Amino acid sequence: MNNSNSQTYDAIVIGGGHNGLVNANYLAKAGLNTLVLEARHLIGGAAITEELLPGYKFTTFSYALSLLRPDIVQDLDLVAHGLMVLPMPNDFHVNYGGVGLRMNADAGHNYHAVAEHSIHDAEAMDDFFHMVDRVCHAMKPLMDSIPPNTVSDAAADREYLAQFNDYLDSLDDDLKAQLERFWTGSMTEILDEYFESDFLKGYFSSSSIIGSMCSPSTPGSALVYLFHKMGEYDGEFGSWGFHKGGNGGFTQVLARAFEAKGGTIRLDSRVSHVKREGDTATGVVLEDGTEFNAKVVVSALDPKRTFMQLVDPATMPQDLIQHIEAYKFQGSAAKVNFALTDVPPFPGLEGNKSAFQGFLNIGPTLDYLETAFQDALEGRFSRRPFLDCCVQSTIDSDMTPAGKHVMSCFVMWAPYHLKDSDWDTERENLGDTVQQTIEEFFPGFSALVEHREVVTPLDIERIVGLSEGNIFAGELFSSQMFFNRPAPGWNQYRTPLAGYYQCGSGTHPGGCVIGGPGKLAAAQVLGDLEG
Amino acid sequence: MNQPEIWHHWSGYLAAPRYQYSVLAEYYAVRDGVAVFDTSPLFKYRISGADAEAFLAKLFARDIRTCAVGQSQYTIWCNEKGFVLEDGVVMRVAENEYLLTAARPNLRHFRLHQGDFDVSIEDVSKAYGILAVQGSKSGLTLGKLTDAVSDLPYFGVTNTSLAGADVIVGRMGFTGSQGYEIWIKAEDALPVFDAIFAVGDDYNIVPLGEDALMLLRIEAGLLLIDVDFDSARHAWVDAQRETPLELGWKWMLRNLDQDDRDFVGRSAIEAEIANKTSRWKTVGLQIDYYDFERVHRELGIMPPKDSMLAQETHSLYDADRNYLGYATSVMYSPLLKKHIAIAKLPLDKCKRGTEVYLEIVPIHKPALVKANVVKMPFYNKTNE
Ligand SMILES: Cc1cc2nc3c(=O)[nH]c(=O)nc-3n(C[C@H](O)[C@H](O)[C@H](O)COP(=O)(O)OP(=O)(O)OC[C@H]3O[C@@H](n4cnc5c(N)ncnc54)[C@H](O)[C@@H]3O)c2cc1C
Repeated sequence: MNNSNSQTYDAIVIGGGHNGLVNANYLAKAGLNTLVLEARHLIGGAAITEELLPGYKFTTFSYALSLLRPDIVQDLDLVAHGLMVLPMPNDFHVNYGGVGLRMNADAGHNYHAVAEHSIHDAEAMDDFFHMVDRVCHAMKPLMDSIPPNTVSDAAADREYLAQFNDYLDSLDDDLKAQLERFWTGSMTEILDEYFESDFLKGYFSSSSIIGSMCSPSTPGSALVYLFHKMGEYDGEFGSWGFHKGGNGGFTQVLARAFEAKGGTIRLDSRVSHVKREGDTATGVVLEDGTEFNAKVVVSALDPKRTFMQLVDPATMPQDLIQHIEAYKFQGSAAKVNFALTDVPPFPGLEGNKSAFQGFLNIGPTLDYLETAFQDALEGRFSRRPFLDCCVQSTIDSDMTPAGKHVMSCFVMWAPYHLKDSDWDTERENLGDTVQQTIEEFFPGFSALVEHREVVTPLDIERIVGLSEGNIFAGELFSSQMFFNRPAPGWNQYRTPLAGYYQCGSGTHPGGCVIGGPGKLAAAQVLGDLEG
Repeated sequence: MNQPEIWHHWSGYLAAPRYQYSVLAEYYAVRDGVAVFDTSPLFKYRISGADAEAFLAKLFARDIRTCAVGQSQYTIWCNEKGFVLEDGVVMRVAENEYLLTAARPNLRHFRLHQGDFDVSIEDVSKAYGILAVQGSKSGLTLGKLTDAVSDLPYFGVTNTSLAGADVIVGRMGFTGSQGYEIWIKAEDALPVFDAIFAVGDDYNIVPLGEDALMLLRIEAGLLLIDVDFDSARHAWVDAQRETPLELGWKWMLRNLDQDDRDFVGRSAIEAEIANKTSRWKTVGLQIDYYDFERVHRELGIMPPKDSMLAQETHSLYDADRNYLGYATSVMYSPLLKKHIAIAKLPLDKCKRGTEVYLEIVPIHKPALVKANVVKMPFYNKTNE
């Protein structure tokens, strides 16, 4: 059965996205001779930085960092390999006509900035964020451990589930109630309890729609919000940074750390399928026929590819396959990246760079967001989209030639399935819409554009391999989180094939540049190897 | 320029704890960019004359005779009992002319040792402003204004002109990153400042406040008077005074056996070396990340990672809870992602890797967290 030319490793990781690299790092650290196979000419997956125009570095896909589990930085000694997360000192939430809200690191300043819109909301902000912090703190141990298997009857699994229930029981009652609301509710329902200003609610709700086919009023959006607040920047929940050189700079750090541990990365190596002997995985075969053997094979791809492409779905339990078929991808995000001759001109703040050192939030009110979402429900991209923008060059001057800027714009909603058109037709129309939308808030913006790159959900699927372009490798809705990510009973990184594991964003805790799936999957692999 | 508009006084000058709302933004401007700290409030002295070198060879514990024209030295001066009075940077700008910075006024002390030396000791504090242009892009920034810095070695000094003004530039700093300090005649200071900010804009230049500088200098392992040690001058008892050896500055006395200088404090220091009477040593400490997380998690709170811990001094113990010494400058390093500190430990506890326990006070109750002796500086990219 073994090809005589094939090479043997202790472990093979399929896919050199950040989760594959994190996973491979832990395996290599434990002493396994580990091979990462990446289909593309560069590692990083959705976390790459590309110089598409000489001197301009674009974070083609993902652009900011927060959720990365802090333990990973320590466990893998990433600082020694160049980890540098530059903090984002400001947020800028804009409305039409030169109205804006600038938030920064000073709570006193923020109180007064918000009070200009509503003193009621300025007071509420403290209570709201403290509540969110407490919920995040309660959730943190769950983010950082393998979730219980609710299906198994094995004594050890029952016991582990009981421990989990005991933990939830031990939380303060008010926390339990809040957790429940975040798990199932909508973001507007929570915001309405605290805030009155539509402009502020627009700002605070932006994290509840990122990458997801839901508006702030859709039940489930509160969990999307909470997930995005689970990130920590130096112990502060919900704060974000830019990695030096973009998120591609971060995955380069992971690659260096892996190679320093003796690991091997093979680029341009698209895996066709997993080899097996009976019910045991024995290695992989590349599309060009090259074979590699290993007793551990980890898929860092999304669940659809893990269970329906890398292995023959007919050989998998049919209830699992049914879950994977029902698992929602329905990508709804796009990206437009600009090369600019200056920072965007905001009325009254022309030429002010510091306003752009964080997220620039274009989604002024709840109404604006609901209208934008309605377009998506009707099968077209938003005519006035929500935009989460960053001008990374205001923080990292190496991203551009002197005096120039790059602006990354994350776009909601751009549904993968268009009703009356297709994405190859609509690509530049989307680019025009985004540019026009920015122009409405930043008059004169278009004149600064030197170059524009549009990334549709179809591009995300084609280039990165994220099914239907879902940026998280599957929606972050409670029906496919925790116990159920990606399927009940298969939420502990194992698969029905012995020696074959999963560690992509479609496993717990989920998407984002977070590393949790890669880390926890490695713990499972190493535990199994120990017996 | 000072967004939070907080100022305080530093020896008669206005100084800002920060100029942006975010201390970390200023910190990273140095680690990955360029920032300017106004060092003008330091006391500045010109020591000149035929005996300038001989005089400083007596005054300073570090041998000034190895400092050629166009070079500078980080140096210290001690009292007769071999306790450190102060540290500072001295530049040799001409054969018989030196410029020195110090945190405290020293004119009286210097003149007390003047004796028969043919030197003139002047306070030139008001005559010059000093801008510390610091950061990984500081060389690139200044390179747009002058050719003189491109191959200036670490601690090299040169005369050049910036924006039409004659200045003295030394490659040095208090940050652990690449950096330059520029002595500018007071009347030229503003135009030079503006010129630096104009060219630095390409690298997002910012003014640097004291809070960020504090983080930078701790990572760089640079001790600060009144924080990590007290001047022997105003101490009450020897327990408050420290010797160069105890402060980790033995390297400044490297070639003591080959130099015959009769510098102030020499015999006491020689006796300390010969009799091994140092009471402690100053070393780097790294607090165990996992233990720090555990202690706070068990109490149900988030571990604080906001840069400086509030306490000035933290006691250190061994595993059996015997008191060993203490740590100052305890901070969370934004870059290293660990808490670090500067510690005073008995000589047998100074080996790298030695495990000690640092006392912290989460929710008002003492708790011990594991820490290890590590190499200091914690961060050093001065030569990149
Ligand atoms: C446009 C966009 C913006 C985003 N913005 C952010 C953000 O700002 N912050 C954030 O935290 N998260 C963001 N995300 C989400 C985050 O980037 C992803 O969730 C995460 O990077 C996914 O990592 P992964 O390792 O699980 O998978 P991927 O990054 O998808 O990696 C999978 C890898 O497998 C490779 N591969 C695929 N098929 C094969 C095969 N057959 N053989 C070998 N290799 C194969 C792919 O080339 C890819 O390199 C964004 C995502 C997108 C798409």
